[in-house]
Amino acid sequence: MNETIGWLSEHKELTGVLLGTVFGVTARLLMLRSDYRQYPAYPHGKVIHIALGIIASALGAVAVPALYDKDYTALTFLTLAAQQFREVRNMERGTLTAIDELELVPRGAAYIEGISVVFEGRNYLSIFAALVVSLAVMATSWWGGLIAGAFCIAVVFRFMRGTTIAHIAHVEKAEVRMDGPDLYVGDVYMMNVGLDENREIISKEGMGFILTPKNDDARVTLANLGQRQAILHDVSTRLGVFRDDGDPALLPIGKLGLKSGKLGLLVLPREKDLDKAYKAVSGVPLLEAAVRRPTKANRKSAEESAHG
Amino acid sequence: MANIVGVVTTIQGSVAGGAPIFYAKEREELQQLAHLLEKVLDCAVHEVNEDLFIIVNRKC
Repeated sequence: MNETIGWLSEHKELTGVLLGTVFGVTARLLMLRSDYRQYPAYPHGKVIHIALGIIASALGAVAVPALYDKDYTALTFLTLAAQQFREVRNMERGTLTAIDELELVPRGAAYIEGISVVFEGRNYLSIFAALVVSLAVMATSWWGGLIAGAFCIAVVFRFMRGTTIAHIAHVEKAEVRMDGPDLYVGDVYMMNVGLDENREIISKEGMGFILTPKNDDARVTLANLGQRQAILHDVSTRLGVFRDDGDPALLPIGKLGLKSGKLGLLVLPREKDLDKAYKAVSGVPLLEAAVRRPTKANRKSAEESAHG
Repeated sequence: MANIVGVVTTIQGSVAGGAPIFYAKEREELQQLAHLLEKVLDCAVHEVNEDLFIIVNRKC
């Protein structure tokens, strides 16, 4: 044991590269958990990302000892990696867009863009972890690498925990009500349903939610069509969907109560479990494309500085 | 923009225009016709009033 530790202390560069790569890959693996989004769900999809994660962390880990040796060209390799990861984003976007056409409830372009950005970003986090660990080993010793590694994993977990709908809106269940052909969820008008058959299905199987924005910024976010589609997709993925192709009347929809700014949601789940549905709606991630902060932009001080 | 691709009604002469018009004898037949058209055309049926349904295509 003592011999190994001694050897590790002697061969700092090798230890730095090894520990850096290990922590980089660990970070990537932790971020690659298949969750309810069911993506990537298959071994081959995962292999691509694990392989890229290994490359990313190896590059990040090697850069530090190279720089210590005054080998400054090592930095150019990092730019190469950045180029590669932009490609990852394009690849994910391409795949998801192609799949989206065949989804009963599509993800929508905004959600796809969000997922692709996350895939690219996570590779950079992996490089970052490897770089920091490698640097710590070079600056101190193998134990410094372990501490830096633990710190990086903590940072990674912090990045993984994004904000969700529950942060910006109160979610409550609402009654699905038919008034002649008009369908309401709570007091929000949803749509006109013509066929008696569809009205029956919707009153029997439908589940309604009202999302009340917590502030003015949240109001804009909830109104975003991409965000709404993301909510519908996530809820449909988690609870199933009571429809088939060729039933446009049974599409889950989200409509805004224009006066109140509340968002009415109508979903037709296979599994009518209120608790799960509530959790599904509350847990939908906020999309980068949908988050706006008009209150911040309209603050007096910001306006003054904008006008010089 | 949505398109009206068909009109189903029970009242002869109550509608006219560019979209195909289907006449039903009574309200039950109106429902059946509208149902068939919804499935065949992959379009949503909306009720204008109890005797007049429109078939709307939102995909274009």
